Amino acid sequence: MKRIFAPTIAMLLLVSACGAGDQPASVTTGPVEAVTTTSALPDETTTTTSAPVEDPDFPVTIMDGMGEVTIESRPVAIVSLSPSSTEILFAVGAGDQVLAVDSLSNYPDTAPLDPDLSAWTPNIEAIIGMNPDLVVISGDTGDLIAGLNAAGIPVVTHFAPATIDDVYAQIEQVGVATGNIAGAAAVVAQMQADIAGIIAGAPTFDVAPTYYHELDDTLYSVTTQTFIGQVYGLLGMVSVADPADADGSAYGYPQLSAEYLVDADPDLIFLADTICCGVTAESVAGRAGWETMAAVQNGWIVQLNDDVASRWGPRIVELMRAAADALSLVVSSD
Amino acid sequence: MINVERSRVLLRWWIIAAVALVGTVLGGLSIGPVSIGVGDIWATVTSHIPGAADAGTVTQAHQAIIWDIRLPRVLLGVLVGGMLAMAGAAYQGVFRNPLADPYLLGVAAGAGLGATLAIAIGGGGSALLPVAAFLGAVVAATITYAVGAAGSRGSTVTSLILSGVAVAAFLTAAQTYVQQRNSETLREVYSWILGRLSTAGWSEVRSVLPYVFVASAVLFALRRMLDVLALGDEEATALGVPVTRIRLIIVAAATLGTAAVVAVSGLIGFVGIVIPHLLRLLFGASYRLLIPLSFFGGGAFLVAADLFARIAIPPAELPIGVITAFLGAPFFALILRTRPGVAR
Repeated sequence: MKRIFAPTIAMLLLVSACGAGDQPASVTTGPVEAVTTTSALPDETTTTTSAPVEDPDFPVTIMDGMGEVTIESRPVAIVSLSPSSTEILFAVGAGDQVLAVDSLSNYPDTAPLDPDLSAWTPNIEAIIGMNPDLVVISGDTGDLIAGLNAAGIPVVTHFAPATIDDVYAQIEQVGVATGNIAGAAAVVAQMQADIAGIIAGAPTFDVAPTYYHELDDTLYSVTTQTFIGQVYGLLGMVSVADPADADGSAYGYPQLSAEYLVDADPDLIFLADTICCGVTAESVAGRAGWETMAAVQNGWIVQLNDDVASRWGPRIVELMRAAADALSLVVSSD
Repeated sequence: MINVERSRVLLRWWIIAAVALVGTVLGGLSIGPVSIGVGDIWATVTSHIPGAADAGTVTQAHQAIIWDIRLPRVLLGVLVGGMLAMAGAAYQGVFRNPLADPYLLGVAAGAGLGATLAIAIGGGGSALLPVAAFLGAVVAATITYAVGAAGSRGSTVTSLILSGVAVAAFLTAAQTYVQQRNSETLREVYSWILGRLSTAGWSEVRSVLPYVFVASAVLFALRRMLDVLALGDEEATALGVPVTRIRLIIVAAATLGTAAVVAVSGLIGFVGIVIPHLLRLLFGASYRLLIPLSFFGGGAFLVAADLFARIAIPPAELPIGVITAFLGAPFFALILRTRPGVAR
């Protein structure tokens, strides 16, 4: 089943990517256009120029992770409590509509990070005090939605996605919710084109290469069924963690036995715990018994940025590129 | 006659304890998600004896699994489980309180703060982590002792326990604050707090061994004193025992040993409080027997729990702290129910 699953997604994605490629290539983002319009037509009033022509007429209604959300007017004071959503907001061109982002939203650099704004223990009162006109979250911690809605503030909830298509849907929704539909479409088209290109350029093989994706130094990993696993799966790679969560009871994130890993001997090791846990290729090579593993002996250990490997946003393309580059090493050595 | 009878009973318990420990160690060494034949295990282990034949046909990976992964993990389980249970028994004796456990004097909270600070300042995977956890534990216990012993003379035991509660609460608050301010390292802190034997290697075994050896030797030597202290401070003083000094030495040894094992294994609960009680229910209350048996019982229990963590849902692992309570609590309840006479 699993073997069939990944290629099917790859084909579906290729098809949809080709479809998107037919659209005009030069789609400009919202803010850029707004600036041009203002300078070209100085007579026009600010209210009309600040809204790019392709923006929807607010109010808009979207279906997010919690249900219908209506946004009455184009938001200009957005608070993001989700690092992934922050990346998406800036990518679609809503960056200058963002008022503040939570303490972990460290990308892009220009995001107005507030070190006291915690997404773990959000303070509803403090958030309302910022006077936002839209709040974006990835989980309803402490009845956040009810509290903010009571204050008349709309909340968009974008949970961790199950598939890459879910990511595209979130990006498009952020475009609609912030009045950056064209910007969002351009981001999605670019991602689809990049991913199709990576898949097209990836090496082929007879036996699917295996990998171990490390989430922390107590050997938590991901199965092929997870969102991250699908990124590898699009390249035809199979996670050695699959047997550890065959029934899905660990939601695709099992903790592996060290001896099983040594015995499974994956072709590649990806480290998504270089920041949280300071793990490096050297420290992995120094682990008890790991020196017998082929990936260690060949140096096929990829140090990922924890954030890129755990957030869902435009940067999943970077993760996929890193995986494809590593895959080329393995396949070319055969 | 009576003495011969008694030593025969004692001998029987020693044999049972030794068999339990050796049995779980052998089980821990030979059972795992990767199935390796007993012959290969024997060949691998004996190949490390100087002058013996090498492991021959056993694959490099299987040799590494036996010698570098399973064996240190099992041995660390013995040291950690044994030390926690022994320290728990000693604390229960010194404080004459059945709820005393190795974390009574704020050792867990202190180690937690030390570990969290090391992770927050030194970054994840910091080599400072065990050192900081150890220092945090020792500092916490010292503060508790300083605060508690300064209290009124008549109720030293109670004031020490209460002082431990206050110090633990304060340090836990500080730890939570540091953790919240550095939420990018939350994962690392949580996995440390949950307790871990799963990534143990020889270096962990080497680093705790001297502490466990010294601490358990001191507790073993003073085990009869615990029986005297159980009579109460005044009676013990009347018998010529320097109560305050003996208590300090026992607490210091138990704390040092606990701090060392906590530093490498994180916070593994349950073993330190329940194993001594379990042994008390089975074998009677004398510390002369209880102290050494606790080491055997705690070691055997933790190795068995860790074995279960490895083979319950292979090749995935369960957190060891979950297993100790999940398996231990019903087992303890069963003993408590079937031996009501001893419980009182």
